[in-house]
Amino acid sequence: MADREQVRKPTSRQEEKEIAEVPSTNEQGEALKADIDDLLDEIDEVLETNAEDFVKSYIQKGGE
Amino acid sequence: MAISKIVGIETEYGIIVRGAADWNPVSASSQLINAYVATNVGSHEDRVGPVAWDFADEMPGSDARVGGAPETALPPEVETHLVNAVLTNGARFYVDHAHPELSTPECRDALSIVLYDRAAELIVLDAMAAAARNTPGQEIIIYKDNTDRKGNSYGCHENYLLDRERPFGQVVAAATTHFVSRQIFTGSGKVGTELAAYSRDDVPYQLSQRAEHFEEEVGLETTLKRPIVNTRDEPHADSSKYRRLHVITGDANMSQVATFLKVGTSAIVFAMLEDDFMVDAPVIADPVRAMHRVSHDVDLVDTLTTDEGVTMTALEVQWDLLARANRWAKERGLEAVGETTGKLILERWEEILSGLETDPMTLAGQLDWVAKKRLLEGFMARHDCDWDDTRLRALDLQYHDLRPQKSLASRVGLETLVSDEDARVATTEPPTDTRAYFRGRCLQKFADQVVAANWDSIVFDVGDDPLRRVPMLEPSRGTVEHVGTLLDNSETVIELLEALGA
Repeated sequence: MADREQVRKPTSRQEEKEIAEVPSTNEQGEALKADIDDLLDEIDEVLETNAEDFVKSYIQKGGE
Repeated sequence: MAISKIVGIETEYGIIVRGAADWNPVSASSQLINAYVATNVGSHEDRVGPVAWDFADEMPGSDARVGGAPETALPPEVETHLVNAVLTNGARFYVDHAHPELSTPECRDALSIVLYDRAAELIVLDAMAAAARNTPGQEIIIYKDNTDRKGNSYGCHENYLLDRERPFGQVVAAATTHFVSRQIFTGSGKVGTELAAYSRDDVPYQLSQRAEHFEEEVGLETTLKRPIVNTRDEPHADSSKYRRLHVITGDANMSQVATFLKVGTSAIVFAMLEDDFMVDAPVIADPVRAMHRVSHDVDLVDTLTTDEGVTMTALEVQWDLLARANRWAKERGLEAVGETTGKLILERWEEILSGLETDPMTLAGQLDWVAKKRLLEGFMARHDCDWDDTRLRALDLQYHDLRPQKSLASRVGLETLVSDEDARVATTEPPTDTRAYFRGRCLQKFADQVVAANWDSIVFDVGDDPLRRVPMLEPSRGTVEHVGTLLDNSETVIELLEALGA
């Protein structure tokens, strides 16, 4: 297990990176949230109409 | 020196039929593939089959372990009576058990696999459209997933070319470590659990579709008591030099980045094994249970125990493998996995592990299990429901629906690595850098005289003479570089055979 010390990158570098990324992560989070709202609007329209039947009838036998 | 990690993917698709009172998956799969073959013959300049698959060299019962399979092992059957077509891009499109299956042509690197995996999806979509025209009122619908969530699983298998000199026991150790831990980026996500030992409260959502279907560490089976490392020893190449490692643990990915990393990191692990860079890598104890536990651990905090008693998370195992890979690349170069693509794999691998460590949700544009989780959590927040709601299980299925108008995966903003224009070309054109080039070009140019083809040979009918078989036992030969000019200059099969010295 000679490489164990290489399992994680140096902690200091990791922390610096996290601090530097805080603002962009928040912006990204806002953008993601807006995206998911649009997506959920769209999904309500394309969702299979009878979820219960759809899930029950999806049977796939004989696979590798 | 590691040999070129030539690779292929076989995907078994889920199938349902709408608008038919009574249907069975075997004939629906046949209908689907026959519709594709019939529609595409003559409609392209590059003709598609129907060329039969040649079963002469199929030996799925051969076992890679020294001394062969234990007496209890049942060799799988080769189903020779069902539809089998060879396409001009070098792929095989066929009915396997009760599913339509498409095997990509042999590819030289992970980026080429992404292209041919997307081409496979386009071929399946074309087949669905063709089948719908043949039977108005009925619709065959194809899902790219791995389970019906009722205990029935079907595979997305990977195949890697390995040096036969490497003892199989070492292959098992390296493969197991990677297959158990790589799920953190290869998983396609699944609502609930299919294992009787757990309840839905224990496992509301997990990383992998496939993980729970593994019951053994090593074995020959692929349909019952599935093993993490499959020992099928059928190289489809010179068996004195090569193995083909038949990998059955992977999830079918909708995300191109996930497919790229699944294949790219695995190719690097096997190249490292051949260059002795896996000698002291962690070996995971009780791998079957570890496989299930990693899949169940969406917070990525659960620890695994190695044979030496060290505890590590799956993410830490992956950091260990990446550190080795960087060292391997520096000392040995990336030729075995493709120089340019190799660099991309290493960069992506680090980016994805860093993202998983910081906040997995930042990878919703890259990884299937994250994209699906975000979608499901958004749905629960909007509709004020929890993981028990049946609509979540419907969303989980519909994520994998291939139809653009219904697919949820195509709506979640997944990053793409190849364009649909290029993938469209790849539905009929073979890769230029493996023997698939020779197969594909022969089918384009001489389809009428190709009697049968398989991975390692083509049989030609040259009129009055006996049938002529051209063996292709070297997967890295038969490329555009080797035979491009020769194929261009041969007007007839006879000329081609003479030029080949066959």
